[in-house]
Amino acid sequence: MKRTKNTKIKDVVGGHLQYGWIYSNKVKEHFFKPKNFLERDARPGEFDVEGQVGSPQCGDVMRMWMKVDKKTEKIKKLKWRTFGCASAIASTSMFSVMVTQKGGMTIENALKIKPQDIMKRLEGLPSRKVHCSVLCDKAFQQVANNYFRQTGQHSRIIVEGSKIIDTRLNITERDIEQAVLDGARNLIDVQKKLKVGVGDPKAIPQIEQLIKFYNEKYYS
Amino acid sequence: MKSIYLDHASTTPVDPKVLKVMSFCNENVYGNAGSLHQIGRNSAQVILNARENIAKILNCKPQEIIFIGSGTESDNLAILGIARANKNFGKNIVTTNIEHHAVINPCKQLEKEGFKINYLSVNKDGIVELESVKKAIVDDTVLVSIIYANNEIGTIQPIKEIGEIINNVRQDRIKRNIKTPIYFHTDACQATGYLDINVIKLGVDLMTINASKIYGPKGVGVLYSKLGNKIDPIVFGGGQERGFRSGTENISGIVGLAKALEIANQIKDKELKRETKLRDYFIKGLLSKIDRVFLNGHAQKRLPNNINVAILDVEGEAMLLWLDKYGICVSTGSACDSQSLDPSHVILALGRPYEYANGSLRFTLGRGTTKKDIDFVLKVLPKIVKDLRKISPVKVKVD
Repeated sequence: MKRTKNTKIKDVVGGHLQYGWIYSNKVKEHFFKPKNFLERDARPGEFDVEGQVGSPQCGDVMRMWMKVDKKTEKIKKLKWRTFGCASAIASTSMFSVMVTQKGGMTIENALKIKPQDIMKRLEGLPSRKVHCSVLCDKAFQQVANNYFRQTGQHSRIIVEGSKIIDTRLNITERDIEQAVLDGARNLIDVQKKLKVGVGDPKAIPQIEQLIKFYNEKYYS
Repeated sequence: MKSIYLDHASTTPVDPKVLKVMSFCNENVYGNAGSLHQIGRNSAQVILNARENIAKILNCKPQEIIFIGSGTESDNLAILGIARANKNFGKNIVTTNIEHHAVINPCKQLEKEGFKINYLSVNKDGIVELESVKKAIVDDTVLVSIIYANNEIGTIQPIKEIGEIINNVRQDRIKRNIKTPIYFHTDACQATGYLDINVIKLGVDLMTINASKIYGPKGVGVLYSKLGNKIDPIVFGGGQERGFRSGTENISGIVGLAKALEIANQIKDKELKRETKLRDYFIKGLLSKIDRVFLNGHAQKRLPNNINVAILDVEGEAMLLWLDKYGICVSTGSACDSQSLDPSHVILALGRPYEYANGSLRFTLGRGTTKKDIDFVLKVLPKIVKDLRKISPVKVKVD
């Protein structure tokens, strides 16, 4: 095969679509040498909580593990695994750096990180790739919610963008979907996954209906 | 860094011999073939020669060759041109669910114009069953369009046999005094360099060829359209190409296409054997060196240059970028790599779940590909997959 000259191209802009395509050096750095990903399986007690969003069908799955300083609520450790393209991997890697550097952010502050903040640190993302980093803060929200649930701080659970099913325990449609994706098949499974007892009795028929819906959606 | 180009189905480099005739043409043959003076007549003669040479290879008449702007435009003219010209006879079209977008999207346009399109499913090997073609053809079917060899998974469709089915339908319609004509089109863009493109043997009425897939220039293609076909143009103007495709002829492109086709025809048998051997060696290597890998499409009934695999638990674009770092150029059917963020319709058409499409890689070999290139990929890829699987939280279930 002939040698082709390596010409330096700064960015290529898709003719009719008008967006950049080539990833920034920062994205490449975090893609080729990702930081804080969980290489081996987690040891029992190594983390306080974990969470996952996405599904391999849609092309991106992110899972995060978190260790928290219970007193200060500062994030001691945030490890992750990602199935996805370069920007999904790079944005999760960058996010993990952002929340753990300088002694760690508090959960409260980490929840304030917006996709735009991650993108800025990554020196930009091609516009069609923005959803990848959006998924990254969603994954963290899931982790934080699981932490709040575990520590009984139900009022702190963030429910934006999803319908609340159980008003007492702030369980959303998304939570139920996620529990089903994690293997829950019935109400008891879901309650175990979400670490809740029976909350709002009026919500149970609706929860069961959703469990059935998502089970059919993903497993039938 | 040395580039290993394994994306020949996207496009091929231009053969130096093609370049030579094209640059001669660009320098010397500038006249408008429509002009009556000697400079113009010279251009017309050059185009005529190219047309005659191509016609010989396709086993058709020179007048049946329509020069056109690309493979896409050729498909568009075939589909839209036949459908619109024959709409008073019937509004049913039969095609498959693994066509190129240059066929699918004109079909979608025709749906808006009141046509009914029957997208036949292929079997799990990526091949359309003859029975399903037979069953799909109804009395108001005016067009059947089936890709000769698929661009993503390389599977070869039984075009000759489908040609016979269509001929039988034609005879039957004559017997039953049904006036509706039925046309058979095939997109042969990927097949041209490797398979039989004798239009009489294949029994096709229309066939699409693209120069940029056969080591010719980009921006020029051919639509073979049998004399007597009732077909409406989609581009209007000065009436070039017997009115089917207006616009001043792209002379150097046409000459380049003719030369590229001539070369392809000469070395076809040899290249077919050589690349088939490389392909099978490559597939064997991939399946043995990486676990949880599946070949997409039939193992033998595929182009000699096509290897398409699903590598589970990792995403295609991530693998592509890693390979690119080593100078290896491939493509993927992953959603992340498409403009629409939809995974490949072809791999989904095999009945494979989304996970397979999102983890798919396509390697397409070419004349310059050597065993050494393949060995390098086989050395690099297993490590890339291993590393990406370490980062991946997913373990896709295999039935």
